[in-house]
Amino acid sequence: MSTQAAVIDNGVNVEALLGAREALSQAPAAAQFKWRATSEWVSGTHTKSVIKKFFGLGEEQSHRQAFHIDTDHPEIFAAEDNAATPVEVVLVGLAGCLSAGVAAVAQNRGIQLRSVKAELEADMDLYGILGIDGDVRNGFSGIRVSFVIDADATEDEIAALVAQSQKRSAVFDIISNPTDVNVEVSKA
Amino acid sequence: MAPRKGNWLAGAVDVLVIGAGQSGLAMSRLLSSRAIDHVVLERGEVANSWAQERWDSLKLLTPNWLSRLPGYHYPGPDPDGYMSMSEVIDFIKGYAELSRAPVVTGTRVSSVRAGSFGFDVRTNRGRWRAKAVVIASGAFNVPVIPGIAPAIPASIRQLTPNRYRNPGDLADGGVMIVGASATGLQLAAEIQASGRQVTLCVGEHVRMPRVYRGKDIQYWMLATGLLDEGLDDIDDIERGRGLPSPQLIGSDDRRTLDLNALGKAGVHIVGRLAGIRDGRAQFSGGLRNTCKMADLKMNRLLDGIDAWLDQCGAGENAHPVERYAPTAVPEKPRMGMDLRRGEIESVIWATGFRPDHAYLDIPVFDRKGRIRHDGGVVDFPGLYLLGLPFLRRRKSSFIHGAEDDARDLSEHLASYLDGLAASDRARIAV
Repeated sequence: MSTQAAVIDNGVNVEALLGAREALSQAPAAAQFKWRATSEWVSGTHTKSVIKKFFGLGEEQSHRQAFHIDTDHPEIFAAEDNAATPVEVVLVGLAGCLSAGVAAVAQNRGIQLRSVKAELEADMDLYGILGIDGDVRNGFSGIRVSFVIDADATEDEIAALVAQSQKRSAVFDIISNPTDVNVEVSKA
Repeated sequence: MAPRKGNWLAGAVDVLVIGAGQSGLAMSRLLSSRAIDHVVLERGEVANSWAQERWDSLKLLTPNWLSRLPGYHYPGPDPDGYMSMSEVIDFIKGYAELSRAPVVTGTRVSSVRAGSFGFDVRTNRGRWRAKAVVIASGAFNVPVIPGIAPAIPASIRQLTPNRYRNPGDLADGGVMIVGASATGLQLAAEIQASGRQVTLCVGEHVRMPRVYRGKDIQYWMLATGLLDEGLDDIDDIERGRGLPSPQLIGSDDRRTLDLNALGKAGVHIVGRLAGIRDGRAQFSGGLRNTCKMADLKMNRLLDGIDAWLDQCGAGENAHPVERYAPTAVPEKPRMGMDLRRGEIESVIWATGFRPDHAYLDIPVFDRKGRIRHDGGVVDFPGLYLLGLPFLRRRKSSFIHGAEDDARDLSEHLASYLDGLAASDRARIAV
């Protein structure tokens, strides 16, 4: 008797990823990446950022094209609302990272995804950034992510996908753990 | 009388075993059964780490019936109990005597080098030559302390579990315990019970009940074949070897010790200690996920046990299926703590241990300072390694795991010595 295994395709090339993992485990220097963005202030709270080059596998790399991300603030902040606020872009980064992780883990575990949707919500007390109360932090006091996932898997298997995705997520780590930030400045 | 310097020749043997714990003694026994000439060097007394580097209340994480070594098993009246440290020491010493193991005590190895004749092993009491060396000096010799430790304010005393004996060792104030494996949880429980407020920093951990469906969890892990899983049975051996020890405690009431139990006892549960900045501890916001993962993994383990019981048709006779409350994470987990305010007077690094192979003067180390080996056969002819987590099997670092590994490796070692002898004969014939 022969059985035909269903082909799982979440659009993730797991063989390539596992190959890269294997290759990089033998070449620690190639695993050292640098991610970059450049920005230029426009006016008010409006800034334009461009993402094009990065470094990895031992050499300069480039996206296929430059990507532009603008940030601004909403009108209730007396701004022009030309774009999303920077903190919303942080949420976008988290959503993108976790969803990509869910897809990769699902592919690796042979789980076909049909849909992966997430809603993200973060709490912020403006007393922080406005300097009204020194005990209130500037950033989020908490983030909630709600995934709704349709897939050929049990509820626990789906929960495990999301858990593993968080475990291996760069943005989740960046948000949930401290990072040394070094801001330098020079006069133009 | 021994000369002052340790470079006089103390002896020459076919095999030198370094360490007279369960692994070294199991190997010795199997070498003896093959009539292979050998000596076991021990820095202190037999079962030294068990005697010198464990806290007072510690009991084995495995039940007595599972404590066995080649040709030896727990002889006492309480097979379901857990040995105290003095019982473990008696158990291992009893084994050394029964096996008439050729142990040389009080002999600390300072270097192992390769020579044309085999190995040159220097100790504080003379030099040894051997054709083969078995490294069985333990897996848990040196506490692993995170690089952020020096940022802890100087007013706080830092200690590691191998130096801790009981809560009386500590100042009266709050205690931060970093690490939530068996060690971290056990220390948290007894220190909290002593009246000191414990804050437990929880990273990735392995949760399991002590008793499931009427039997010790170790019984099920053995019966279902989990403990016998070998190198070919798991995808990622690195991960297998790096797993923290499960949150278990050996106690008379066979109780389950988990974060929920500690939370009820008043222990403050916080995320992994992620950083210290300006004297302020920062806890990871990943706590919810690490707890969720541990719950999911525990349930997968229990699902596997249930499925195995059903497959054997034994499910109906066993105690009923049980599932446990998910780990209760505080509504608003604490994200930081000012360590300069006196809330914490002691920090205990329950962040794991690593072996001490500093005496090995042979280039067999990987970039993280670990010995390169294939299931205990070191990447250097005639050199063998025993007793590390998942060396060859999931049970490798347990007392009962010593037997199968030592058997496999003694066989490899015997054929290595046969090969040497054959090439010697060939050389003489030429």
